[in-house]
Amino acid sequence: MKIFIPTPLRVYADKQDAVQVNAQTVSEALNALTSQHPDLKKHLYSDEGKLRAFVNVYLNDEDVRYLPEKEATTVTEGDSLSIIPSIAGGQD
Amino acid sequence: MLKLSETIYNALRTHGEETYPHECCGVLLGRSYQSADGEGVNEVEEAVRAGNTRTDSAHNRYHIAPQELVRIQRQGRERGLDIVGFYHSHPDHPAQWSKTDFAEAHWLGCSYVITAVASGVAQQTNSFLLTGTSEDDKSFQDETIQVEELVAGRC
Repeated sequence: MKIFIPTPLRVYADKQDAVQVNAQTVSEALNALTSQHPDLKKHLYSDEGKLRAFVNVYLNDEDVRYLPEKEATTVTEGDSLSIIPSIAGGQD
Repeated sequence: MLKLSETIYNALRTHGEETYPHECCGVLLGRSYQSADGEGVNEVEEAVRAGNTRTDSAHNRYHIAPQELVRIQRQGRERGLDIVGFYHSHPDHPAQWSKTDFAEAHWLGCSYVITAVASGVAQQTNSFLLTGTSEDDKSFQDETIQVEELVAGRC
């Protein structure tokens, strides 16, 4: 399956905008990604091993954190993951 | 440097006027490259309006739903474009990044464009490049905006 890498993290994925991995679940896919590109890990995960709060992971068009199985959700070859850092702000 | 057409520049400013007194927000699609003299350039091909999910405090907060970013990113990918930045407005407030803007900025290498809108009229538009290698050393750097004027017969 394909994992789409956001612009700011491509430098840690050999400048690729997408990485192909073999995986059965979302969790396996993310592990495969950080195995292939270890420098990505600290940008995606906190020291406690949890996805950083501002890092959103979408399985196709669904936020993984709201899926019933969350990161244990099974995936198929035709699925894709998108890593999307949050975008927000305000004038004060 | 942020490079964009006059049409896009006006469009993102107009968006802020339309949503006043609330903050508008949107995504800038384009390409990033180094100019001949080594300067980083984010060149915008398209500005895509986004919804502000902060309906609870839209006068001073904005948030773009990640699901919308997924869609916009896919739309850009189909055209060979990347997300190179974001824009939003500051109603009756200067076009300067705030501590909230900074805390919520995570797209390193992207341009954050802010337009001050006073009494419904767009004033100054500034751009800030989010530099750094991680959350620990990120910083906003003032960035030149180069607006390409429309030329008769082509955009």
